[in-house]
Amino acid sequence: MYNFTYHRASGLRQATNLLGKLDEAKLLAGGQTLLPTMKQRLAAPANLVDLNKVEGLSGIELQGRALVIGAMTRHAEVASSPVVQQAIPALAHLAGLIGDPAVRHMGTLGGSVANNDPNADYPAACLALAATIITTKRKLIADEFFTGLFETALMPDEIVVKVSFPLPKKAAYEKFRNPASRYALVGVFVAKRPSEIRVAVTGAGTSGVFRVPAFEEALKKRFSPKALDGLGVPADGMSSDIHGGAEYRAHLVGVMAKRAVAAAME
Amino acid sequence: MTSDVQLATRPADVSARDRVDAAKNLVVSFVLNGKPLSVAVAPTELLADTLREGLGLTGTKVACGTGDCGTCTAILDGEAVRSCLMLTAMVAGKTVETIEGLAGESDIHPIQQAFIDTGAVQCGYCTPGMILAAKALLDENPKPSADDIKEAISGNLCRCTGYTKIIEAIDKVANAVA
Amino acid sequence: MSATGIGAAVRRKEDYRFITGKGQYTDDISRPGQTHIHFLRSPHAHAKITSIDTASAKTMPGVLAVLTGADLAGDKIGNLICGWMIHSKDGTPMKMAPHPAIAHGKACYAGDPVAVVIAETLGQARDAAEKIEVDYEVLPAVVDPAKTQEAGAPQIHEVAPQNTIFQWHLGEAAAVDAAFASAKHVTKLDIVNNRLVPNAMEPRAAIGEYDSGTQNFTLWNTTQNPHVARLVIAAFVGMAPEHKLRVIAPDVGGGFGSKIFIYPEEVVCLWASKKVGRPVKWVCERAEAFLADAHGRDHVTHAELAFGEGGKMTALRAKTIANLGAYMSTFSSSIPTYLYATLLSGQYDLPAIYCEVDAVYTNTVPVDAYRGAGRPEATFVVERLVEVAARELHMDPVELRRKNFVKSFPHQTPVIMNYDVGDYDASMRKAMEIADVNGFAARRREAEKRGKLRGLGYSTYIEACGIAPSQAVGSLGAGVGLWESAEVRVNPTGSVEVLTGSHSHGQGHETTFAQLVSERLGIPIENVSIVHGDTDKVQFGMGTYGSRSGAVGMSAIVKALEKVEAKAKKVASHLMEAAESDIVFKDGQFTVAGTDKSAAWADVALHAYIAHKFTGAQLEPGLKEGAFYDPTNFTFPAGCHICEVEIDPETGSTTIVGWTAVDDFGTIINPMIVEGQVHGGIAQGVGQALMENAVYDKDGQLMSGSFMDYSMPRAENLPPLKIDTTVTPCPGNPLGIKGCGEAGAIAAPAAVINAITDAIRTENLAMPATAPAVWAAVRAAAPALAAE
Repeated sequence: MYNFTYHRASGLRQATNLLGKLDEAKLLAGGQTLLPTMKQRLAAPANLVDLNKVEGLSGIELQGRALVIGAMTRHAEVASSPVVQQAIPALAHLAGLIGDPAVRHMGTLGGSVANNDPNADYPAACLALAATIITTKRKLIADEFFTGLFETALMPDEIVVKVSFPLPKKAAYEKFRNPASRYALVGVFVAKRPSEIRVAVTGAGTSGVFRVPAFEEALKKRFSPKALDGLGVPADGMSSDIHGGAEYRAHLVGVMAKRAVAAAME
Repeated sequence: MTSDVQLATRPADVSARDRVDAAKNLVVSFVLNGKPLSVAVAPTELLADTLREGLGLTGTKVACGTGDCGTCTAILDGEAVRSCLMLTAMVAGKTVETIEGLAGESDIHPIQQAFIDTGAVQCGYCTPGMILAAKALLDENPKPSADDIKEAISGNLCRCTGYTKIIEAIDKVANAVA
Repeated sequence: MSATGIGAAVRRKEDYRFITGKGQYTDDISRPGQTHIHFLRSPHAHAKITSIDTASAKTMPGVLAVLTGADLAGDKIGNLICGWMIHSKDGTPMKMAPHPAIAHGKACYAGDPVAVVIAETLGQARDAAEKIEVDYEVLPAVVDPAKTQEAGAPQIHEVAPQNTIFQWHLGEAAAVDAAFASAKHVTKLDIVNNRLVPNAMEPRAAIGEYDSGTQNFTLWNTTQNPHVARLVIAAFVGMAPEHKLRVIAPDVGGGFGSKIFIYPEEVVCLWASKKVGRPVKWVCERAEAFLADAHGRDHVTHAELAFGEGGKMTALRAKTIANLGAYMSTFSSSIPTYLYATLLSGQYDLPAIYCEVDAVYTNTVPVDAYRGAGRPEATFVVERLVEVAARELHMDPVELRRKNFVKSFPHQTPVIMNYDVGDYDASMRKAMEIADVNGFAARRREAEKRGKLRGLGYSTYIEACGIAPSQAVGSLGAGVGLWESAEVRVNPTGSVEVLTGSHSHGQGHETTFAQLVSERLGIPIENVSIVHGDTDKVQFGMGTYGSRSGAVGMSAIVKALEKVEAKAKKVASHLMEAAESDIVFKDGQFTVAGTDKSAAWADVALHAYIAHKFTGAQLEPGLKEGAFYDPTNFTFPAGCHICEVEIDPETGSTTIVGWTAVDDFGTIINPMIVEGQVHGGIAQGVGQALMENAVYDKDGQLMSGSFMDYSMPRAENLPPLKIDTTVTPCPGNPLGIKGCGEAGAIAAPAAVINAITDAIRTENLAMPATAPAVWAAVRAAAPALAAE
């Protein structure tokens, strides 16, 4: 990789200052995406601000009707947390499906949502659960946070601090893995919330994670897989690559949505 | 706490986009295979390189360098991680185990013995990573199911064995620890 | 059977170093003063190199040299070669285009090296490479073997019009045409045998070192055959005379064929080491390996099988286009010809076969042997044809096979091979019993209740291994003989070193070869060392591929052991003052028949060296013998694999729920190691059938160029494998060995696809049968099944 200057931040304010002050600075969280990208010389930050020693960025807490997870919380911690398993089992299940154990031991919630990889799992959970992404500057609802492929509403000197997931009444995540990368070829997160039903899809869309209003409306009338009979998403707008065509992905969205609804009802 | 911020220096005549073999100006202290040590590394240095080149511990292999094969698996604070996707700077204050640390002075680890006994080794290149992934699993879950074992090595590629005997070896250790 | 002899599941002697991290692979070796080399590769699949400006790269920090194809040509370094001559049916020789180690004037695939940088560190070499300015005139590229011969396709090499390397054929066209003309039924298939990336876990690596004092070169290299590498680099590339070049293959982390070949990188490392006066090290990065390692398979075939009355096969014909990539790799011409068409008889008594093969250039990395090499492609053609024919004829696929099996031996096929021995029905019967074929119908019904489609597929494969009789392959165009050598060195204390030309890169030779010695000499296996992989130690050898190390390599050891035993008996006769004809050697003891006199192995070994009991006129001191073994025929491992799958029609995903393999490998030296070989072969075959695919886009860019895009089988992709054997010892070699290294990869793809097509009831499915591919096939064939 290209040389960079390494900064080990010990506090959030210091990390924010460094990020604002330094040229071409990037945050280092788990490093599972950033480091391979840098090693392949596809990213070349001049400064790397390491968040791993920052106090208070990691942790899982139930705060009233919301599950709040620190940005530096590793996927493995979320997957194995009794608190998460109790409060939003679908979220623990999702975290346990990310990558493989080594990835889960390093990869973080904050890193995943800030990167907004169109095939990543967490964005679907955030969007379906109507999560709030709490940053050093503000609170952003998921619908405003994810803005496109690898794009978010984050400003250059803004850091994700934690994510607050309102507790759903029911939720489930169904993932169809890309067998090579183990990312989602299609992943569908269905959440039955007190006020609404949300269906969020990752892996399939050409502009990243998205909701399926038609599914949501049908499920609001009747929360059952059968409610989705005859409904689908158009192949237009689905991505197409060597791992699956747009038509296949569109089809999988329907299949995975039904399965997620069935799983949520269990 | 500025004392925690360790700045690497960049020679003025080299552009920001060039890699320079930067001075090894970060001193990183950690515990390696039970022994505390401090190494001077460049900020760009990866744990796999520190182990292999800096410390001569070539038991850690690198087969892809991008975190997709598990060959470089090391155990960091009890958990399996990829040493090729870990800046050495990130392991400061932590505990690292590599394949060289597994065998005692007179005995090899039961997982190592099981790999021999079941024929789980062929070319040997994925073996250190597999054994460490297995150790991390069994340390946390001494009685894994077959699916637990498959999941634990799901990020470790092997091209020789078809995994069958590796799974058998790990299962054998789990059952022996009854 | 002794605890460490032939047939015992002896724990591997080599394992201790691997499980403790003490293996020494090429990348683990550092030479004093070593430098690092980076290969700048063409980003274009097909381009004229109009200029290369290395001036600014040379001024970068740490750079020792920047070299190009022009420098290579200037030093008169020869081209890489293909060592097997194939003639077209019109008698013309194959069109071998020049293959310089660094492209000169033109790049022919994305990844073709165009310049190298040697620097103090790898980072510096990479930085400097970014400063090399190459002007390319990009040319249209062609990657599809089915299109490269078309008029108007880009021409890759002047020597090969229509990008055609050869148009070869085998068999009797007239007899085949006659049989088809009178056939009662003809089954036809169009088959694409998908292109694969071998992906041994250890990436290729090389260290070149030149000693200016002795003018000797040394090459540490990830090679399956160090002597062949030395021969080619000396005799054809012209780097150094053979006796001034030492090639060392230390621990090698898997090969599967891909490390047989002599590649540009090792040649350049050697050459550059002399230029810079320091050792030059190269370790392939994985992304680079996808671009630069020889790929496997990549056939497009139309095949037809003719039947007479009652399901009797009468003839087979096939037309194959084989993609050899941008240049002819070391053995590439032999793979789609003599290792392919010669196996088209399968396990069947097929009176007439005709096969035409066009080998073609495309703008892709060279294609050469990959585990199975030609034989998986042949097996896939035959076993798919048979299974489809059974469905078309409404016959049980088992009965159709059984009716047509070769039942008497030796059996001469119409395509060169003379099968020596086998019992194909025995393997199939045993496999059916283990797989509980009788219970399949019930399992299928149960699966249907869960909305899943279940299928069962067979593959009764045969392979030609124990490669190969030298005279026979010489008559077919091989540039080398395919014997093997062995030297048995007995030390004065009785311990033994065996030097072998075979090379172990995962096969466990240090154990199996020692088992043979332990049994024959009656000495503990701990007292035997197997030495391989160094041209300074082993006189010559042909290396390891084609499931040859047991059948050929061990036969050479047997011959050398026989000589050692004969010599030892002479020593023993002097030691015990008895007639040589009265000396009996058994279980490590020499006795004099009819007496109680005896001498232990170690005593005799010692006396061979101290030479106190005989004169120089009576006997030469010492105990060391060598042998070369040249097989008289190929060996013919065969067997039956049965795959059972369950398919989720909604997603198209396939789960292998059962696998049974009953193989006839002849004599088995170490069942634990053989099982491992079968497991690994099946995994690769399943990978080909379900997951793996090297895909180039139309411009010649490799789309599946990393583990993120090229699906490798993982632990979750394989079910528990039920493995068993039947045994008909090979009559052609002293131990009765047939070979086991490739069987799984040869058998598996057809078994998987036969099972999936059985489940989804359509034959229109190409490999790899990924979830989207199966879903599409189901939907095309039976829309109702695929509906949600």
